[in-house]
Amino acid sequence: MSVVERLPRVRAVRVPAIDGLVPWLLPIAIIAIWQVACATGYVSARVLPAPSDVLLAAWKSLRSGELQQNIWVSFWRAAVGFLIGGGIGFALGLANGLSQLSDRLTDTTLQMIRNVPHLAMIPLVILWFGIDEAAKLFLVALGVFFPIYLNTLHGIRTVDPQLIEMGRIYGMGRGELFRRVIFPSALPSIFVGLRFALGIMWLTLIVAETIAASSGLGYMAMQAREFMLIDVVVLSILIYALLGKLADSASRALERLTLSWHPAFQK
Amino acid sequence: MQQSLRVFPSTAEFAPPSVLVEQARIARRKAESASRGLGLTIRGLRKAFGDNEVLRGIDLHIPAGQFVAIVGRSGCGKSTLLRLIAELETPGDGTISFGESARAEDIRVMFQEPRLLPWARVLDNVEVGLGRNRGLSDANARAEAALAEVGLRDKRGQWPYVLSGGQKQRVALARALVSNPRVLAFDEPLGALDALTRISMQQLLERVWHDQSFTAILVTHDVAEAVALADRVVVIEDGRIAHDVAVDIARPRRRGAADLAALEGTILRHLLSGNDADA
Repeated sequence: MSVVERLPRVRAVRVPAIDGLVPWLLPIAIIAIWQVACATGYVSARVLPAPSDVLLAAWKSLRSGELQQNIWVSFWRAAVGFLIGGGIGFALGLANGLSQLSDRLTDTTLQMIRNVPHLAMIPLVILWFGIDEAAKLFLVALGVFFPIYLNTLHGIRTVDPQLIEMGRIYGMGRGELFRRVIFPSALPSIFVGLRFALGIMWLTLIVAETIAASSGLGYMAMQAREFMLIDVVVLSILIYALLGKLADSASRALERLTLSWHPAFQK
Repeated sequence: MQQSLRVFPSTAEFAPPSVLVEQARIARRKAESASRGLGLTIRGLRKAFGDNEVLRGIDLHIPAGQFVAIVGRSGCGKSTLLRLIAELETPGDGTISFGESARAEDIRVMFQEPRLLPWARVLDNVEVGLGRNRGLSDANARAEAALAEVGLRDKRGQWPYVLSGGQKQRVALARALVSNPRVLAFDEPLGALDALTRISMQQLLERVWHDQSFTAILVTHDVAEAVALADRVVVIEDGRIAHDVAVDIARPRRRGAADLAALEGTILRHLLSGNDADA
């Protein structure tokens, strides 16, 4: 048992119904102050539209079907790019963690590519793919590849050798050793990579859509800027925030589900 | 090469493995009425890591069912000897032979660290000990029986991190016992436990050894523990057997009894005089 576990936890009295709201108190308060500041004219509508105006813009955009369409397009690009880049990163992380040959063959190359900021590839990517879907998918895939690759590799390399020896003594073959010892041990580290990757996924996509796209949330924001529709610009920014939070919550839920054996993930 | 010879019975070429496994099991049940332990004979055993010669010719015969303690100062090679017996290392020279052909499940090791899988519940951790028989239908029942043996049946559904150090070590013991081993090697299994937990673990070890009559080899630096548990204490110095002392004291032995203390004193003197010769 570590010292940290023995420390008493500081905990206030909890009321279940209110408890779930606590994380949302601050965002709600900020929005309320923002609304008051705009309604009293303290902040000009040309600088920052009131939350109510943003809501109105959202409603209009929803009724025309434009908003759903753009969110869906962005979501699709994010998901597909993530699956491609994350899948390759995961596979290479496993391969290089388990096989020295594979590691010697590819790791140096990957470390070199890693140090190129992937957004610096945008001009080249536009030249290669135009402003097609492929350009966005490529950038997202490249962005999520490295956090997943590095953390999967790290997770596999740091498996306790004593546990591997134990598995061998008890007659585990290669497959079983991977399934019962190596993979579960690497899982917390893989999740760290996953959460990093989700953040990079949104960042890359929005930048790519802002620069070169004809649909999606980033495109919607850029179009609005052209026509000075500041409420739509703010709306898109708020949607990024919500989508980011959603992705984070999903990965947390997955962590809690699969890492219930880990003392750090106990409620 | 040597390893594969030992794992598979010599008749492996003549019958399909499934039949052999069944035959072996029946043969073992018959043998169980006598001592189930395996005797082992070590001849001229040497082991070096690079230039460092750790074992310099060990000759030792351990009769079936005996409880042997191996003591020595740290770095004397006692853990290496245990790892060689458990086939975790390959000998540089010399042989280790068991009374009859031993299967992998017949020889089990318990380490100083419990080495439980943190992501497997207690019962699943014990099932790991069944080796290749993990998939059989009675796996669950056997694991439960082994847990009951060490008094932890009510912890079957827990994650390892909620257990205390002593409890984890008892789960590790259950995992080692579940395949009904014929040789059980202990590498300072109680070294990390507090004094009181140590004593109750020693009693547990003695009880399961008595009930299951396997051959027990205990590596320890604690001479009192060696004298309390073993039939025989082997003292290793500089990679060789320096003393081989029989402990002819009737069981159950009372901790702190005068005859135990006297024997402990004798062995300690041996160990310390070895030190003076070095200096």
